[in-house]
Amino acid sequence: MKCDLCDKKATVHLTEIVDEQITEMHLCEDCAREKSVQMEQQFGLADLLAGLSDFGKHVKEVEKVKLKCPNCGLTYDDFRKFGRLGCSQCYEAFKAHLSTLLKKIHGSNQHVGKTPSKMPTAEKKKIEDLQELKKQMVQAIQMEDFEKAARLRDKIRELEKDQYGP
Amino acid sequence: MDLNEFINYTGEWLKGKGAHSEIVMSSRVRLARNLKDKPFPNKAKKSELNEILATIEDAVRNIDYFKDALILKMNELDNVDKQFLIERHLMSHEHATNPEGKGLVVSKEEDLSLMINEEDHIRLQVMHSGLNLTGSWEIATSIDNALSEKLSFAYGLEWGYLTACPTNTGTALRGSVMLHLPALVMTKQINKVLAAVAKLSFASRGFYGEGTQASGNFYQISNQLSMGQSEEEVLQNINGLIKQIIEQEEQARQALLLQNKPMLEDKVFRSYGVLKSAHIITSQETVEHLSMVRLGIDLSIVKEVDRKSINELFITIQPAHLQKIEGKKLTSTERDTIRANVIRKKLGGF
Repeated sequence: MKCDLCDKKATVHLTEIVDEQITEMHLCEDCAREKSVQMEQQFGLADLLAGLSDFGKHVKEVEKVKLKCPNCGLTYDDFRKFGRLGCSQCYEAFKAHLSTLLKKIHGSNQHVGKTPSKMPTAEKKKIEDLQELKKQMVQAIQMEDFEKAARLRDKIRELEKDQYGP
Repeated sequence: MDLNEFINYTGEWLKGKGAHSEIVMSSRVRLARNLKDKPFPNKAKKSELNEILATIEDAVRNIDYFKDALILKMNELDNVDKQFLIERHLMSHEHATNPEGKGLVVSKEEDLSLMINEEDHIRLQVMHSGLNLTGSWEIATSIDNALSEKLSFAYGLEWGYLTACPTNTGTALRGSVMLHLPALVMTKQINKVLAAVAKLSFASRGFYGEGTQASGNFYQISNQLSMGQSEEEVLQNINGLIKQIIEQEEQARQALLLQNKPMLEDKVFRSYGVLKSAHIITSQETVEHLSMVRLGIDLSIVKEVDRKSINELFITIQPAHLQKIEGKKLTSTERDTIRANVIRKKLGGF
């Protein structure tokens, strides 16, 4: 396949979606680099990356998701359009989708790094409880006590559910 | 402290000192934080933005690092003021738009700045001259700790610090280093270097920030990833990469000197000559010549100017700075004349 802008061989294939209009582009490396500089100015490279990995590729098969954050009212569609979340609870509302997206952006969806040096005691306790429960669950699985592991799993889910809550 | 006084000072990061300062202009660490119970700025109502602004200002006032800091409200500044702050790398372009409920805190030395209600509630920036990411990080994390004593941050065990854009979630840390790479450009190796940078998931930008093309042979390299690595690991990785690029640039400079010293001297002195003699000059032309003179200083070809003066010129030749110096609005043609005056005065020209 030839590049859309010059005669070289196209090696980069782009799908651009503007207001639900899908345009496809096939570019050679040089033209793609130039194009990406232009796009960077419009969206920022980070958005572009996120766009390429999640929003573009599967757009045809993903049916419209009618997810909405109960706290700030942001819909998942709006998030896909603008690339910005509305509040910390959006992370809970769109958890499954974000989990995949974060993994695509960062190559990991597990925070490794600092924690706020001072959190309200209740919150800190919850985080410590969660860590403890997860440890116990792993132990239970190792001991093949699956009934206990399942109970612990439910407890963890319960705790994690309002992790981002007020 | 008044905003207009800044024009008489040089930001800490421009002083041209610190490790590898012949190639590294500055190191910068940026942390994003959000308050737990408030919508992110893009979803917050006007009243909520003002509440957030007041809460964060209060917290900042009680932190030692910001004792002598200037605290500004965006809706109280005119366009030249805002452009002036952007030109000094103290805030982003985005921060200048929709000024309602937005604030900025700047330390006297300009090594610290904190944007309130930009994309996130808090964007803290710590900037130093030379390669000093560790030094910048130590201050950033200690300010962050002090802030978290007073404010409750949006944070989850699994995903760390929660930010408006998922590209920052996790550590919400961006470390970046501004490099001057004229020899890699002249020997046409720069694209190879930038391709390697991109392949390793680092970003490169121009001197004048996000979305700008490289000019004056300056490149700003920063991490893209903010999850799966600790803050220290992220910064160590950038540091490692930067050291390799420094080595490449050093080798390219030596190669240029060995292969064709007269050509290099000619280029440097022509640039120096233009800057000392021109009576009308655009910013693009200025930046190209400043880059050559800076290289000349690094290679001891030019001896009568120091690196700090050249670094300062990269900032003061910009539109808002010229208008502050003159104390009035200037057209683009007027600016080209004033710019040439400012440069000649600084370099002792004709």
